[in-house]
Amino acid sequence: MSRKKFRISGSGGQGVITLGIILAEAAIQDGKLAVQSQSYGPEARGGASKCEVIISDEDIFYPKVIIPDILISMSQKAAEKYGDEIEENGIIIVDSSMVENFVNDKAKIYNLPITQLAREEFGSPLYANILMLGALVGITEVVSLDKMKEAIQIRLSRGYEINVRALERGYEEAKKIL
Amino acid sequence: MENKPRLIQGNRAVAEGAIAAGVNFFAGYPITPSTEIAEILAELLPKNGGKFIQMEDEIAGMAATIGASLTGKKAFTASSGPGISLKQENVGYAQITETPCVIVNVQRLGPSTGGPTLPSQGDIMQARWGSHGDGPIITLCPISVPECFSMTITAVNLSEKFRTPVYLMLDEVVGHMRERIVIPNKEDIEIVDRKRTDKKPGEYKPYAVEEGSKVPDFADFGQGYKWHVTGLIHDETGFPSNSTKEVKKLLDRLMTKFDDHLDEIIMYEELEIEDAETVIVAYGSVARSAISAVKRLREAGEKVGVFIPKTIWPFPEQRLREIAQGPCKRIISAEMNYGQLSLEIERIVVKYVDFDTALKSNGLIITPEELMDKVRGGNIL
Repeated sequence: MSRKKFRISGSGGQGVITLGIILAEAAIQDGKLAVQSQSYGPEARGGASKCEVIISDEDIFYPKVIIPDILISMSQKAAEKYGDEIEENGIIIVDSSMVENFVNDKAKIYNLPITQLAREEFGSPLYANILMLGALVGITEVVSLDKMKEAIQIRLSRGYEINVRALERGYEEAKKIL
Repeated sequence: MENKPRLIQGNRAVAEGAIAAGVNFFAGYPITPSTEIAEILAELLPKNGGKFIQMEDEIAGMAATIGASLTGKKAFTASSGPGISLKQENVGYAQITETPCVIVNVQRLGPSTGGPTLPSQGDIMQARWGSHGDGPIITLCPISVPECFSMTITAVNLSEKFRTPVYLMLDEVVGHMRERIVIPNKEDIEIVDRKRTDKKPGEYKPYAVEEGSKVPDFADFGQGYKWHVTGLIHDETGFPSNSTKEVKKLLDRLMTKFDDHLDEIIMYEELEIEDAETVIVAYGSVARSAISAVKRLREAGEKVGVFIPKTIWPFPEQRLREIAQGPCKRIISAEMNYGQLSLEIERIVVKYVDFDTALKSNGLIITPEELMDKVRGGNIL
């Protein structure tokens, strides 16, 4: 992997920024370079929030993502706003319990009922972001599951065990559809 | 042993840099997009034997910063546009009283309350001339998280060494982005303390300078020294003077304070300059876009380079002039405002090369594509 650009989109409160920070942290702990930014700017207005991560073996200068290689879509509004922007042959992971009728013929789309899983198996939609992170690892193998656990330990002050379970569950769910 | 790499935000790197530099006092008032600096120092300062005070407003924040410094503390404040505007009167007071302090400005779009979350570089001239009158100022401008850490330390050291206020200018992009940093070990960090007087109380003249020096020795308040601190023009006793001789003596000293030390103050970085026919000059987050643009243009065989001033004031005039006098035929100044530093750059290079600007002020960072287009003669900006 030389350089991968991620856009994690959803709505405020879904933990998309935390997801991005843990992803970038795992890459750093894996010896790679990473830059994470969240949009505060006018491009984020209108109920959709997004977080961007670039992971690379080489120095990263321009810190933002214009067209992502990998898009995560966790809400209808975010899907409508960012759903078209993807590199040719990119990867889109859609929380199918939150987004309906997602179409994009440039990319490979993976539909997973992430929020539903979070509710049913973890008792709260709060775990959707970590489940999604697990799914992301399962689909892209951008970093190892162990590095992701290390990043969770660094980044989350509480709930390490349950979050690691959510991570593993998302990973497993993604592997089922590969 | 090298420390473990971490992923941290620019604003956190500033706060941790301040602690590493020996800062033991912060007074200010939180404001987007600088808030994390105050928030993190509120936690770190008491743990490290320092004091954090949230004041009633930014004016008081600057005043308390100066007051603490006069007692010998390494004093620090942080704000953004609207707060920096409020601080201006006291910035001038720090200049004339020669009180070391560091002011961080995480720039947002102005004027006035403007765009609280929108990146901008619109305060670069305010940093130089924001307070009235001619006064000395040093202004540093990091482009990355590791530089937010190291240049905070440099800012504190320079403020101590030259007894001057120093601005550290971030923009929202640099302040909020997270990237990799390896924090250096304590023993590898150089710390500068202001030179204290060896005179006894009673013999001490607060603004007397030794032969060959332009920086007076300092005496901490609370250590038995009494001296007069005033915003009025003063002689070496610290008391006001109307003598034209004293006026000239003081202002000449203040305005030439850095002249013999420019190599200690001026920092810049350059890339692919040697044979470049076009050179982009960019600072802060825009410099990152410029590096990306230059790398891609070089891959396409185009002779383009980038010059990144890290010290904005005093500006690295001599080096930029040398570049303009070399193989370079065109200089493009790129910044997120309507052309502030461009005025300074144009003044320096216009005799030798074609001068052009790449400016953007809509709350988004200039992209590498926009700069590549500019270099190739386009006008999408």
